[in-house]
Amino acid sequence: MIEIRAATVAFGAQRNKTLKLALNAVSLALPQTPSITAIVGESGSGKTTLTRLMLGLLKPTQGTVLYEGHDLQHMDRQAFAKYRREVQAVFQDPYSVYNPFYKVDRSLLLPLQRFGLVNTRDEAYEHIHQCLQAVGLRPADTLGRYPHQLSGGQRQRIMIARALSLKARVIVADEPVSMVDASLRATILESLYRLKTEQQVSLLYVTHDLTTAYQIADRIVVMYNGQIVEEGEPESVIHAPKHAYTRALVAAVPPPNPDIDWGLVAKALPR
Amino acid sequence: MRQASHPGKDKFGGALLEVRDLHVEFATPSGAARAVNGVSFTLQQGMRLGLVGESGSGKSTAVLALMQLIKAPGRISGGRAFLAGDDLLAMTAEQMRQARFSRIALIPQGAMNSLNPVLSVCAQIDDLLTAHGEKTDPGKRRQHVADLLHRVGLPESVADQYPHQLSGGMKQRVCIAMAIALSPQVIIADEPTSALDVIVQKQVMQTLIHAQEEVGAGIILVGHDMGLMAQFAHVVGVMYAGRLVEIAPVHEIFSNPRHPYTRMLISSLPTFTTRKVFRGIPGVAPSIINPTTGCPFHPRCPSAVDRCAVDVPAEEFVAQDHQVRCHFAREGVPTSAIGAAVD
Repeated sequence: MIEIRAATVAFGAQRNKTLKLALNAVSLALPQTPSITAIVGESGSGKTTLTRLMLGLLKPTQGTVLYEGHDLQHMDRQAFAKYRREVQAVFQDPYSVYNPFYKVDRSLLLPLQRFGLVNTRDEAYEHIHQCLQAVGLRPADTLGRYPHQLSGGQRQRIMIARALSLKARVIVADEPVSMVDASLRATILESLYRLKTEQQVSLLYVTHDLTTAYQIADRIVVMYNGQIVEEGEPESVIHAPKHAYTRALVAAVPPPNPDIDWGLVAKALPR
Repeated sequence: MRQASHPGKDKFGGALLEVRDLHVEFATPSGAARAVNGVSFTLQQGMRLGLVGESGSGKSTAVLALMQLIKAPGRISGGRAFLAGDDLLAMTAEQMRQARFSRIALIPQGAMNSLNPVLSVCAQIDDLLTAHGEKTDPGKRRQHVADLLHRVGLPESVADQYPHQLSGGMKQRVCIAMAIALSPQVIIADEPTSALDVIVQKQVMQTLIHAQEEVGAGIILVGHDMGLMAQFAHVVGVMYAGRLVEIAPVHEIFSNPRHPYTRMLISSLPTFTTRKVFRGIPGVAPSIINPTTGCPFHPRCPSAVDRCAVDVPAEEFVAQDHQVRCHFAREGVPTSAIGAAVD
């Protein structure tokens, strides 16, 4: 569906030798069928740069980004508008994506009106109610409120509902649960997972948390230093990692069982 | 009395910090918000205590109160906290200033931003040493700084660097070095690794444990990662809506959790063994301004009965070192308690 072909993104300038390759000839394709692809890696590994390419927020220095086989940079207006609607983003910080002066309704109504998906306000609200329910929110408890009156988990699910209301086919979610409480993470992940199974929406799930990637993904892509170092089915990536960096990532997850020795009480000091 | 397989009391050097019935409230236009509502616990010497809970459960507020770091409109509205016999909450501002770092040190939340950007690492640590009366000559202080950096696994060259030249993990280690500079009795670490990468997190936690064992301090780790707590803590306390709802040795918490909230926290942890199973905790945390009647967890509790909406459960000992605030703590929470006759 979305395909990145040998994309390189460079920041800085070559002549004063500050060139930094955020992405180095990365190729990645999201399958046509609804699927969840997880991108894992540490800060600076290029995860976010990759999502910005997919969302069309950044142009690659070299290489191309294609949606439905068409290069994003050479699309006609109509095709680009369709891409803009069908590929939606859910960002990391559910506190900063809302305008605090407006009720959350506005964030849901505006895109519906701008994309011409509804004719009347009543029709819009009916549609919004359905989408909120699809992500497990009660419209009565959600609409008519200001962002500060809702929890981080609720706000993040409204963003998912917004993407759903636009009949998105792909949701690019960059660390959608890292700022949300552990007890609420499962509900958000479940909403995202159900979008795939019930609404046929594909998901690109970017995270540094391997356990949640293992939980929901059909495929895990491991990034390190601007390159993809390993990719495959969750079972093989987690339980039989081939790359040393993947093994380090798996080993860095604390086992939630005090009887398993994780080696935290080290005799020697880590350098 | 059950004898669990955790390090017993004898492993630790006796009670060090005793917090009794701590209350912290914030004045708001709609009334007092009780952020910490009667929290009691004891920290033994050399013990690592983990405090977990969701945002707004009062875990950070409770530990910051111990250092009198609650700012208006918040205030400590009750309770005592004895550190080796001295009540931390009754200290004057000057006494508290002297106690900070020398007796009770803090590694703050987002320690990444807590270093002064215009001072070199050496100058910041030096500040701390001179403020606490270490008026030796600069050469000796410099040696002290180098020694501290060495103890947290950093090269001496870091002393001349500025915070922006260091990685997140290195900055965090500088904060650990400052926390152990005056060999305090208690170290408070408020989510010290939440802003760090997973791989760096383990190294920083190893450094923290190493430093803590070296100075023999007790430590309180505030966080929400149950997996990390399982590995780090000797004793785990679970906070909910300003109350400590369960506290027990770590093996006990994981193998025999008695409060439904603790059970749900543990079962909501994603692992590398099960896929596509989502067990979140439905609902949202209650308002601390207009608290619900009865048990604060009852609206989200799967096994709540009528009584839970009326009576506030008291702290109950189910073992000598295992305290729970739940009406069903003793029998274990019944899964089909609906309609059960209680009392």
